Amino acid sequence: MDYLKIIKQGLLTTIQDYGRYGFQKYGVTPSGAMDVESMEIANIIAGNKRDEAVLEMTYVGDEILFNVNTVIAITGADMNPLLNNKRLDMYERININKGDVLKFSYAKNGLRTYLSVYGGFKINKIMNSKSTYTKYNIGGYKGRKLKKGDILYINEINVRSDKIENINIQNNIKKPEYIRVIEGPDFDSFNEKSKQSFFENEYEITDQSDRMGYRLKGEKIFHKEGPDIISRGLPIGAIQVSGDNQPIIMLSDRQTIGGYTVIGVVVTVDINKLAQMKPGDKIKFKKISLKSAQKLIKNEKDSINKLENYLIDKKIYKVHDIKNFEIKVNGEKFNVSVVKK
Amino acid sequence: MINYKPYGDSGLLIEIGNEISDEINDKVLTFTNLIENELGSSIVETIPAYNSVLIIYDTLELNYDDLLSKVKSLEENISVINKSKNRIVHIPTVYGGEYGEDLKIVADYNGLRKEEVIDIHSSTLYRVYMLGFTPGFPYLGGMSKKIATPRKKTPRKQIEKGSVGIGGNQTGIYSTNSPGGWQIIGRSPLEFFDIKKAKSLINPGDFLKFESVDENEYYRLKKLVEKESYIIKTSVLEDNF
Repeated sequence: MDYLKIIKQGLLTTIQDYGRYGFQKYGVTPSGAMDVESMEIANIIAGNKRDEAVLEMTYVGDEILFNVNTVIAITGADMNPLLNNKRLDMYERININKGDVLKFSYAKNGLRTYLSVYGGFKINKIMNSKSTYTKYNIGGYKGRKLKKGDILYINEINVRSDKIENINIQNNIKKPEYIRVIEGPDFDSFNEKSKQSFFENEYEITDQSDRMGYRLKGEKIFHKEGPDIISRGLPIGAIQVSGDNQPIIMLSDRQTIGGYTVIGVVVTVDINKLAQMKPGDKIKFKKISLKSAQKLIKNEKDSINKLENYLIDKKIYKVHDIKNFEIKVNGEKFNVSVVKK
Repeated sequence: MINYKPYGDSGLLIEIGNEISDEINDKVLTFTNLIENELGSSIVETIPAYNSVLIIYDTLELNYDDLLSKVKSLEENISVINKSKNRIVHIPTVYGGEYGEDLKIVADYNGLRKEEVIDIHSSTLYRVYMLGFTPGFPYLGGMSKKIATPRKKTPRKQIEKGSVGIGGNQTGIYSTNSPGGWQIIGRSPLEFFDIKKAKSLINPGDFLKFESVDENEYYRLKKLVEKESYIIKTSVLEDNF
C-alpha cells in the first residue's frame, strides 16, 4: 500500500491542476490552482509534467504521513514545513521515506502552499481535470477539501533523486507594489472621476474573499448609468463592480457568467500574486496595455521553461528496494534509508 | 452591429447588438459554432451568452490581432448559413406537493388557483438562451408575467436537482443540487447535466415545454433516467411560431 495520509487537516486543502477548461459553455466552473506559477514550479522541481495535480494548502497546512518512498517538492507560501520535526527546504527536490511525517504550520508569508508528489495522485479526471470544485463536489478527492484520515494513493513508488544543486528559484512571495490590470470591456461605463480614482486609491481585501473571488473595500466606484449589463462570459481576473460600488475580483472558482460591469481585468501573471494575498492586505491597481500584459505571460513562461531545461537531465529513478530504519543518537530519533540500486 | 473587444489578456469578447432577442441569440449560436469548427483547435474555449461570445485563448499560441482577423473573416458567413431548426424539448414535471412546496405561494401572490399556475407555466414555450451559473443551468426567456413571484427572502440551503422554480420574472431548472432562493413549484425527473460525460440535456437555442405529470409517472421516468434508458422527447419548432 503506497499512499499518503492526512493525519491532521489544514484549513482548506484541495487537489488542483490547471483547471477544467472547455466546459464553461455548459456552466462548469474551471477551478484550478489559484497560484498557477507556484504549482508549475512545484511540479517541475518534483520531476513531474507541469500540469500534474498538486495539493493546494490555504493559510494553515496539514500534517501528512507518507506510507511510500517518493519524491516531493514544496513551493508557495512558507508554512514552516517540518519533515520528522526538522525544517525542510522549499523549492528543493526532497526524497521521502516510508514512515516520514511532513508537518505544515501556518503561512508566515503569502497564503497558499503547493505540494507536488512525483507521479501524481491516483485520481480520476473529471472533464479532463483533477481539480476540486468544492461547491458542487466536482473532481479532486470526493469533490471536497481533504480531511483527517483521507488517503491519497500515488502513481509512482520507490523512486529517488540525487541531490540537485543550484535550483535557482527562491520563494519570491512578497507584497507586490501594484496589481496590474488592463481596461475592462465596460471601462467607459464608469464616470470620469472613478476611471481615475480606481488607479489612485488603495483597496483592501475583505474577509469575504475565497477561491471564487476577492471582495475589496475602498473608494467607491460610480457608474455613468447602472451596474447591470446583459449577462455574459466572465474570465479569470475580471473586476466586477456591482450596485454596492465596490470591486470584486473573480478567481478560480468563479461562476461562468456575470451580470455586472467590469472596470478592469487583472493580468494573468498577477493572478498568482493576488492568490498569495489575504484579507487585510491592500492592493493598488496599475493600468498596462494588452501587449505589455501578453509580454509578461511570455516572460514568465520563458523562466519556467528555463527551470525545466535545467532539470531535464536530473532524472528521477526507480530503485528496487528501499529499507528504512529508525535510529537513535543521543536520544534523538533519525530515519535512515538504505537503497538497493 | 458586431463589436470586438479584448477581455483581459486571454479573452476576446464579441458583442452582437445590445438586447436580448431570439434573433440575436440565434446569431450568437451560429457564430459560436463557426468559431468552434474553424478555430476550435487554436483556442481554449468559447462561452456563448444572450448577445455575446467570449473566446478564451492562449496568447502564446495565438496573438490577439491574429485571432481577431481570423474571427472577423468568419463574420460574413453568419448570414449565409441556414439556421438549423430549433428543438422543442419536453420536460415532464410533477407540480406542487413535496416536489413544489412553493406552488401555493406563487398562486396566492398572483391571485390564482394552483391549477391555473400549472396551466400557465406548462402552456408556454421557453427559449434557452444560454447555460451558466451552475453546471447545466438554463437561462430561460418567455415566462408569463401572470405567475411572476419575488424570490424567497432567505434562500434554501439545499434544493434538489431537477427542481423547477420561479424567481421574479424568470423560470428555471436547478440542474444540480444547490442552494437557491427561487420559489420551487415542481420537479422534473430528468438528468440535466451528466458530470461524467460532460453532457447537457438541453442546449442554447432549444425551447422547453414543461409537461405536467403525476407522481407515479415521475417515479416511472426517474427509474428510466437512472437506468440511462430514458429517451428525451423532442419536436421541431416550426418557423411560423
